[in-house]
Amino acid sequence: MKDSLVIGGRSFSSRLFAGTGKFSSGETMGACLAASGTELVTVALKRVRLDAEEDAILSHLNEERYQLMPNTSGARTAEEAVLAARLGREALATNWVKVEIHPDPKYLMPDPVETLRACEELAKDDFIVLPYVHADPVLCKRLEEVGVAAVMPLGSPIGSNRGLKAKTFLEIIIEQSALPVVVDAGIGSPSHAAEAMEMGADAVLVNTALAVAKDPVRMGEAFRKAVEAGRTARLAGLGAALGRAEPSSPLTAFLQED
Amino acid sequence: MVEAFSTELDRWSWGEVGEAILGKTSAEVKTALSREGSLGLDDFMALLSPAASPFLEEMAAASRQRTRRRFGNVIQMFAPLYLSNECTNVCDYCGFSLTNRIPRKTLSPTEILQEAEIIKGMGYDHVLLVSGEAQSIVGPAYFRDALSILRPHFSNVSMEVQPLDQAHYEDMIGLGLHAVLVYQETYHRETYARHHTKGRKRNFDYRLATPERLGRAGINKIGLGCLLGLAEWRTDLFFLALHLRFLEKRYWRTRYSVSFPRLRPFEGEGQFPIEEIGDRDLVQAICAFRLLDPELELSLSTRESPRFRDHAARLGITSMSAGSKTNPGGYANGSDALEQFEIDDSRAPAEIERMLHSGGYEAVWKDWDPAYDRANATSNEPATSLLTC
Repeated sequence: MKDSLVIGGRSFSSRLFAGTGKFSSGETMGACLAASGTELVTVALKRVRLDAEEDAILSHLNEERYQLMPNTSGARTAEEAVLAARLGREALATNWVKVEIHPDPKYLMPDPVETLRACEELAKDDFIVLPYVHADPVLCKRLEEVGVAAVMPLGSPIGSNRGLKAKTFLEIIIEQSALPVVVDAGIGSPSHAAEAMEMGADAVLVNTALAVAKDPVRMGEAFRKAVEAGRTARLAGLGAALGRAEPSSPLTAFLQED
Repeated sequence: MVEAFSTELDRWSWGEVGEAILGKTSAEVKTALSREGSLGLDDFMALLSPAASPFLEEMAAASRQRTRRRFGNVIQMFAPLYLSNECTNVCDYCGFSLTNRIPRKTLSPTEILQEAEIIKGMGYDHVLLVSGEAQSIVGPAYFRDALSILRPHFSNVSMEVQPLDQAHYEDMIGLGLHAVLVYQETYHRETYARHHTKGRKRNFDYRLATPERLGRAGINKIGLGCLLGLAEWRTDLFFLALHLRFLEKRYWRTRYSVSFPRLRPFEGEGQFPIEEIGDRDLVQAICAFRLLDPELELSLSTRESPRFRDHAARLGITSMSAGSKTNPGGYANGSDALEQFEIDDSRAPAEIERMLHSGGYEAVWKDWDPAYDRANATSNEPATSLLTC
């Protein structure tokens, strides 16, 4: 059986999503994304010249290969995010949007209240909405109820490379979610990505760790392999990850022996 | 009642802070450098101190690493657009000072658009409006109109003009003003009084409270800075950091940037001893701010030499201007007459972009979208008063 991830009616064979910021050049970004095998990339609307023919980022992204997901980074309120999403839909001809609302410019912490409001409005307006949120299980369920396509809780603060500091809560979200769970932010190394996939995340989103690596192309390849390894391990049955013992021979089988 | 920063400032003694900085030891520098997580002001003092000088390479490496992690391999580009050199202040270090006998010029709407066209042609999408302080000629109404004229042509418009009232800022934010840069010049009251002898700028406290008015008005970004050379730089920069921390706690939705202008030669009579800040010192200051605040935007203008700027991009600086003209109308008429200060790095933006590229950095021209401003706009009516007069 093919192990594919379906979000918003589109099927992905790669479970690695990537960001497009912070790269030293458009060429490096293009080569890194190709090596990573990703099929979904997020693009900050504020970086895109919506009116220009040649854009520094978009010109390196083959739209047949990648699902573009504009993000609302820069928005501080629901109103700003909604307006940006609508402009992005018009300019980039996609109804996908990553809702990213962080009024706190220091740690870029997502605002749960504004995010929920924006997602509700955008989902009603037929967007395929993927919100970036805290690892907050209740918020993720509330977002599910308003019609988002997947949830993207953080592993650690954006750009911190600290790994899955929010692990305890991510486990709860993965357990409870009826939607795909994409661990976004804080993934600083391929081992973090593998760990998230082993935990049962449906995908991970990585940007800084790729963009600022000494060799972003090789790092793209490393993340591709790590995500595949983590996913394969998950499918192969990491019983211990669930915290339950599975002895090799049943302990209670003798009860039926009579 | 929210406490004002001036109250906080007055709790500190300039002399004691200076001595505390000089008293820092290499052990304290090492502690600051090894600290995981955020640094305190005491750590910052150590990093600014002479004791940190032998650790400069280490500081630079840490600064580079933290900058790249937060900002990536990119430098934000912006261009200053000088609207007017009219000024009613007497500041003895500035080319626009009232007593300097230079022709005065304020751009008309047509001239503003001419400048804008050239700046756009260089590739810029972020513009910084600058003027001298002459409230009756270039006051809030003039800025309001200039903003309305320029807003459709740029993704991001910021201002570096005289301090204004909160209501003016609120109005301009509604028109799409993104950031305001207001440098205290020096946090040392006596030195400030000595260099600002006439005009509204003499009012130290009104200027000092400007970032607080901006924060209350809900501005996206506030730029802080000292004019390096007026007072002892280590102490002045400590007070700048104190100001930054004060603002960050209270106006947590606002981003902050810090600039490092060093005094430059200028047209005029005022001559006074400049407190030397050498290249090594400036590097130390840049790195100390980066280590204090990984997310702080750090800016370096064309006042600095090409050689210094080439290296600074790798040390922690995150935004730069290039090809700047510091006189009103300078882009269109190509002359250097009436400028505020002499620029040192006169390379064209495209040349700076190539320099950055060869060092592994991408020059970013657009990193904002007017959509984020439009959602907050108080009025959708275009301001036409200047256009129609």
